[in-house]
Amino acid sequence: MKCQFCQNAATVHLTKMVKGHPVKQEIHLCEPCARKHNLIPDQTTPHVDLKALLGLLLGPLQTAAPVADPSALTCPSCGLKYEEFRTEGRLGCPEEYDAFRTTLEPLLERIHRSQVHAGKLPLAMRRRNREEELKDLRRKMKAAAKAEKYEEAARIRDLIRQKEAPDGPR
Amino acid sequence: MDLDSLLPNLGEWLRGTGPESDIVVSTRIRLARNVLHFPFTNRATHTQKGEIAAKAKEALTKADLPCPLEFLEISNLSALDRQFLVERQLISRELATVLDGPRGVAFDGKESVSVMVNEEDHLRLQVLHSGFALDEAWQEIDRVDDAIEARLAYAFHQQFGYLTACPTNVGTGMRASVMLHLPALGITKQIDKVFRALQKINLAVRGLHGEGSRAFGDLYQISNQVTLGKSEAKILNEIREVIQTILQYERQARAAMLKERRQDEQNRVARAIGTLSSATMITSEETMELLSAVRLGIHLRLLDDLPPTTVNQLFIHTQAAHLQKLMGQPLDGEERNAARAKYLKSKLRELGSTSR
Repeated sequence: MKCQFCQNAATVHLTKMVKGHPVKQEIHLCEPCARKHNLIPDQTTPHVDLKALLGLLLGPLQTAAPVADPSALTCPSCGLKYEEFRTEGRLGCPEEYDAFRTTLEPLLERIHRSQVHAGKLPLAMRRRNREEELKDLRRKMKAAAKAEKYEEAARIRDLIRQKEAPDGPR
Repeated sequence: MDLDSLLPNLGEWLRGTGPESDIVVSTRIRLARNVLHFPFTNRATHTQKGEIAAKAKEALTKADLPCPLEFLEISNLSALDRQFLVERQLISRELATVLDGPRGVAFDGKESVSVMVNEEDHLRLQVLHSGFALDEAWQEIDRVDDAIEARLAYAFHQQFGYLTACPTNVGTGMRASVMLHLPALGITKQIDKVFRALQKINLAVRGLHGEGSRAFGDLYQISNQVTLGKSEAKILNEIREVIQTILQYERQARAAMLKERRQDEQNRVARAIGTLSSATMITSEETMELLSAVRLGIHLRLLDDLPPTTVNQLFIHTQAAHLQKLMGQPLDGEERNAARAKYLKSKLRELGSTSR
């Protein structure tokens, strides 16, 4: 099922039933849109803001429409309007990939048939990933030794040595 | 740096060697990168562009690389020097003439690695190799990219990868292009068919000078369009497969030409040499068309004693800025056509080329 505001898959589903009302009302949206309409507060607790939900249900019907007027979007960082991007074809700053995300994703899908990077990672990130992986392997090695699975522990030790080598696999 | 010192060199991409160099002139890979915490170039203020250029210069000149890079500020260069760098494929026309404010280019002595600063993206890394060398070019640019990143943090997004001013480059930021000389497919009028097929699989075909430029002298650049959702290796493999198919078609067309109309072809090549070595006025477009015939003639062994690098030398030296540097004076259009003809005549006489 698709989000009623954009083309993303809907992951937030709300049903409202009013006593004496014959039909229950349903809303389906994706997480970014739910956040945009304040249905989910920014804190980690997945609580639904009832007041916002009510406003949405009682407000003008916007079923299955694209994002409410994307041309009204403005980058909070550099002030570029989405409309300007549409005419110029160039973004103003890296932050817009988040600020205009809901409208950029369908665009990227059309250009690249994808919305997710699958290539090289920056050096800094590769190093961080490698350190985390090593940490995880050392933990596993200790656990194996503790459980007297010495062959397993030795196997992991060799793997660690191999990965610690400066030119080891990325 | 004295740019005139580059004049006698051909630069890496015109070395005329490398795998499949009878058809593949050069392989180029570029990476688009942006510096963290700055707006993209088109929205950066003059001061911000200055900061980016300063940071980039520092990172580029100190980067741990096998061949050191030298940085040039474009606004300090004359129009002639800028055009000269464009002709040598070290900078884009946009960087040379359209854009303004602090911007530059850093490149190595072999002219194999170059990095444009404050083009559409803050950094445009480029590696050029002669011949068909996608893997070598990728390995080199991958190392250069790491060496620069070690001194300059890039704008990178967990989901979208390397962030770029234009969404058409986001993700890997990589554009790999292979420059092909396809005269036989042109003569036998099969070239449009090949290109229609390429567009269907999302590869772009462009002329010598990139986007929007006409294909002069049967030179075409084939490059990937998709930059998001595939790894660099996968993108390169897809291009490689396609290029190999095109090479096959071009070779078949060349073989058929030799078999069915050798004399016609020999005549065409001999006339090309004739015009090049006796004209008194000649445009750069005509020169390129005629040199295309000569290049084909060399690879089909219809010509004696002319090494393929000669064509490359004549090709680069007859372009506007190179010609003016060789002649040591500014020349207008008409004067250039006369100087070009004079240069070609004396060079070809020197080489004593004759058709078989």
